[in-house]
Amino acid sequence: MTKLPKMVSIKRIVQETPNIKTYYLEHKMNAKPGQFAMLWLPDIDEKPFTLTAKGKECAVTVQCKGKFTKAMCDLKEGGKIGIRGPYGNGFSTEEVKKVCIIAGGCGAAPVLLLAEQFKKKGIDLSVILGAKTGKECLFKERLGKTTKNLYITTDDGSLGEKGYATSMLEKLLAKQKFDIVFGCGPEPMMKKAFEICERKGIECQLNLERYMRCGFGVCGACALGKWLVCKDGPVFKSEQLREMPEFGEKALLKSGKEVSLKEFAEWRQ
Amino acid sequence: MSLEIDFAGLKLKNPTVLASGVLGTSAALMKRVFEEGGAGAITMKSIGPEERAGHANPSVLELEHGLLNAVGLPSPGYKNMEEEWNELEERKFPLIASIYGASVEEFVEVSKFVAEKKPDAIEVNISCPNTQEHGQIFGVNETASAEVVSSVKKEIGKIPLIAKLTPQAPNIAAIASACEKAEANAICAINTVAGMAIDIDARKPILCNKFGGISGPAIKPVGIKCVYQIFKAVKIPILGMGGISSGRDAIEYIQAGATAVGIGSGVYYQGIGVFEKVCREMKEWIKENEVKSLEEIRGCAHG
Repeated sequence: MTKLPKMVSIKRIVQETPNIKTYYLEHKMNAKPGQFAMLWLPDIDEKPFTLTAKGKECAVTVQCKGKFTKAMCDLKEGGKIGIRGPYGNGFSTEEVKKVCIIAGGCGAAPVLLLAEQFKKKGIDLSVILGAKTGKECLFKERLGKTTKNLYITTDDGSLGEKGYATSMLEKLLAKQKFDIVFGCGPEPMMKKAFEICERKGIECQLNLERYMRCGFGVCGACALGKWLVCKDGPVFKSEQLREMPEFGEKALLKSGKEVSLKEFAEWRQ
Repeated sequence: MSLEIDFAGLKLKNPTVLASGVLGTSAALMKRVFEEGGAGAITMKSIGPEERAGHANPSVLELEHGLLNAVGLPSPGYKNMEEEWNELEERKFPLIASIYGASVEEFVEVSKFVAEKKPDAIEVNISCPNTQEHGQIFGVNETASAEVVSSVKKEIGKIPLIAKLTPQAPNIAAIASACEKAEANAICAINTVAGMAIDIDARKPILCNKFGGISGPAIKPVGIKCVYQIFKAVKIPILGMGGISSGRDAIEYIQAGATAVGIGSGVYYQGIGVFEKVCREMKEWIKENEVKSLEEIRGCAHG
């Protein structure tokens, strides 16, 4: 556990898609799949990122879009960044045998280590990976190595099946019985996936996101109803999602003002 | 023995109070701290006149013996909280609304609106160390503190007013006394202690705001001293806080003179259940020491 941010070197950078890069750091961090670290760029900001490699050389995967991530994308190998963590609960994987993972866009990042862990344990795994285009399809190679059952969907049909990942989930659930569905992606997609699973009576664990400050359950900035995304989450189970009227509907801005998820998403851009 | 207390007219099931700035960001979360956590009362995140984003991150850090924060008074602004107020209307817990402003007029404006929502008490935050123009600038000066308190008290009528004070004041007992004369119904002490941390590898301050406020175990001796001095200076009850995460910590504050005890960073050390834990440990100590009521030990360290 690294409590205060520790300045570490970027060992290597892998370009994953045209605007997503993975940063391997000279820092040891052990974490459960779905846990996250806080990354600090002095004078700029500090933000939470899921871990896409753990152990001796931990890694984070970053989409260059905001002020922080653009500054991060300007960093070269050998550059320095502050890191603290890991935080959050991570996915619970006890007693699961036949598993489906659904990921959309950069939601592929938090489920990557999960899929790799299932592969190692020899668990029956299917992965649905959705993206806008084939080029933007994150971690298709690494996820492809974890299962023969990788289903890709793209909005424009440039790779895999044209359409939504949630439609693919519906198709799979119509034919097969899974013990559990794990997911991460844009919240409207997660809400849809949850509703599909509820209709089928299948348990879910979904990785959600809110604006975050402390990362360790004190400040309340990431409140999602009665839960804290940083401490009780970021992974929430069906029993919690059922009691979460804000899920897919509302979020707190940095000021603490509650707004619609749409307004929150626009502010995040 | 029951831990029930009367604090400035508020009937609390126990003396533990959630401190402002910790977990008070949603009605559902406050309800959870009361029901699941076991707090006797809940203080909301401080409410300001306008929507305010607060400082950029890093804004909360874990230090060796406490937390260092410069969250910077984020607030939706009192006008943007209708739904939260609606949810809070049906609450079953004592609610303390914390307010801030950059001028006496702003304090009055916020308090007028907040009073209409009928919180069980209003805490006037004249002690936040993390913004230039709010809070502490009032709390280090007797005249300014008294002016805020008396102006707000005129607006809120019978709702109990709690003045939250800063240990940065040169003479906190004098400030407390000035607030009492200005008709404050209770004193809350202490807010965080000003501090800073530098990352020597980055060669930069870690907090985005550079300076912040220290809370947690590191400041307990500061809080104890302040409460001890305030108890000597005023007759109104004191909500003591700073570094409480065990029953013994709470008893120490009560022996210094506190009627109720605030817990903030204790949530970090012990989780949301810290309130229940502190109460359980208080009861154990009370039983072992054959104490008949909290009244018996309140201020007993004064001899």
